[in-house]
Amino acid sequence: MSAVFVWIETFNGQFNPSNREALTAGKTLADAWSVPVIALVFGANANAIAQEAAQYGAQSAIVCEDATLNDFRLEPYAALLTKLVQEQQPSVVIAVATSRGRELLASSAADVDAGLIGEATDLSVDGEGVQASKAAYAGKIVSKLALKGSGPKFITIRGRAFKPLEANAGASVTITTTTPVLSEDQISTKIERMEQEAGKVNLGDAAIIVSGGRGMANNPKAAPADAGDAAIWKAKDGFANMLAPLADVLGGAVGASRAAVDAGFIPYEHQVGQTGKVVNPDLYIAAGISGAIQHQAGMRGSKLIVAINKDADAPIFKMARYGVIEDIYTFLPALTAELKKRLGK
Amino acid sequence: MHIVTFTRSTPDTAAKVEVKADGMVSWGDVATVVNPWDEYSLEETLVQAKNTSGKSTVITIGPDMHTESLKFALAMGVENAARVQADGVDMVDSLAWATLAAAAVKKLGDVDLVIFGKESVDVSSDAHIYQTARKLGWTMLSYVSKILAIDPAAKTIKVEKVVEQGKQIITASLPAVVSVMKGINEPRYPSFIGIRKASKAVIPVWSPADLEANMPAQTLQLVSYNNLLPREVKTEIIDGASPEEKAAKLVDKLLEEKVL
Repeated sequence: MSAVFVWIETFNGQFNPSNREALTAGKTLADAWSVPVIALVFGANANAIAQEAAQYGAQSAIVCEDATLNDFRLEPYAALLTKLVQEQQPSVVIAVATSRGRELLASSAADVDAGLIGEATDLSVDGEGVQASKAAYAGKIVSKLALKGSGPKFITIRGRAFKPLEANAGASVTITTTTPVLSEDQISTKIERMEQEAGKVNLGDAAIIVSGGRGMANNPKAAPADAGDAAIWKAKDGFANMLAPLADVLGGAVGASRAAVDAGFIPYEHQVGQTGKVVNPDLYIAAGISGAIQHQAGMRGSKLIVAINKDADAPIFKMARYGVIEDIYTFLPALTAELKKRLGK
Repeated sequence: MHIVTFTRSTPDTAAKVEVKADGMVSWGDVATVVNPWDEYSLEETLVQAKNTSGKSTVITIGPDMHTESLKFALAMGVENAARVQADGVDMVDSLAWATLAAAAVKKLGDVDLVIFGKESVDVSSDAHIYQTARKLGWTMLSYVSKILAIDPAAKTIKVEKVVEQGKQIITASLPAVVSVMKGINEPRYPSFIGIRKASKAVIPVWSPADLEANMPAQTLQLVSYNNLLPREVKTEIIDGASPEEKAAKLVDKLLEEKVL
């Protein structure tokens, strides 16, 4: 068997923390086959980032520092990954299923006609092959898939499904340098600008998520006369001034049900559920969410669920470990105050 | 400009999906709908075809159950439809599916843009989208939240794309494959006349041989579908005389559970 490749995602020349999960998954396979883990690092600061990957299980690294690779673009990244796969024939190529990891591995797998399992939630070795589980029908059932043979197999792993290893501060990697495949004039996509949202917490990475539903419209505050739709104003005010502060105290992210997104209370990127994000945090707080089957599909993987709803018959209570039957606008400010006191914030 | 979009039929989002004793996936007698993400790609196809004075074609790959999604697309206003019947090819094997999708686009010949919904809910995956772009050798623009401009003469496209850290404005050359997010538009409802017209449409069926598709060796096997393990949870309702008392009790519990 040949080595396991782990693609190390970077942003602005920094190591993405979720890479640690890909290194864990890669090391599990590599240990089973007694082969090394090779980190692939492309773009600015790649040499330093490769040493960071060493702390979490990489034995060696292939790096490429080139201006064409500073911001992730699929064309130059996929061309380079495909070249490395063709040259070295790794047994597995693995990455976290971020937006970039998904398209990069799928593209390179297509280039070499190799099999791909996307968003794996577990992995096991099966001879020279690999078996993995992944959600199907938006998390309503699970599919078990197999990639056979010793040739390259591509796997992306769902965020938070694999536990990062403890950092081994003394570890270092031997680095091999490679050259890009495409030059700038061969790359069709140009990033004209990037509007970064500072402090944005990604739902997929969040250990704690606080989500609001249709009940967010029951804000007792009066909407100003020029507010337009009063219900939308009230819900937006609640997300900004009640839910966001609670999420802040907890260091968590703000989510929402489809009902809240479709009503225009909060942008789509916050949606949890069948047509939003499927999440698996340690703690999920559902505030004013009834718990339709579409929402349940997106959050049932959470370790601990807390439901707050004034309707004692809301289906969400059946999924929750703890329930509070209260109006969210009465209860959540009290919860935020209590958490501030107890967590010393 | 000729725009192609792919769609398929999936169980209604409210359906309870389960695996039966024979290992088959069932959603009972609940109707199928167009893949929920495709409402946005169908609408965007119509908008961009109109903006560029172009034409539109919708394609599905799979058995006859997916014809419903084509009729929905025709009823919305897409001009042409085709179904690729390929026994043994399922979207679970994204590589085989994408090989056929790329071959179908090539068969049409004059296509400059392919638009997909962000993912397909049944397989819960988007790999087939990127692999279709790759098999075509076209530029891939994923997670697009706005198509800002298309210049059919200059063969360029400008989009807004969502990434984990924010938004990017990207330009690229055509032909391209685009995947669009929910929220890019407000999908229209099929009109009554559209539904009547679609119900009478005769939809051509293509075989892999018609497409001259060069199928790759099978690399992925579906071992089984499994039901979720039941979430064994005993719900404890937090009682108290006041919201403050309940909040204090809840925080006690959360600290005990070590989730904070």
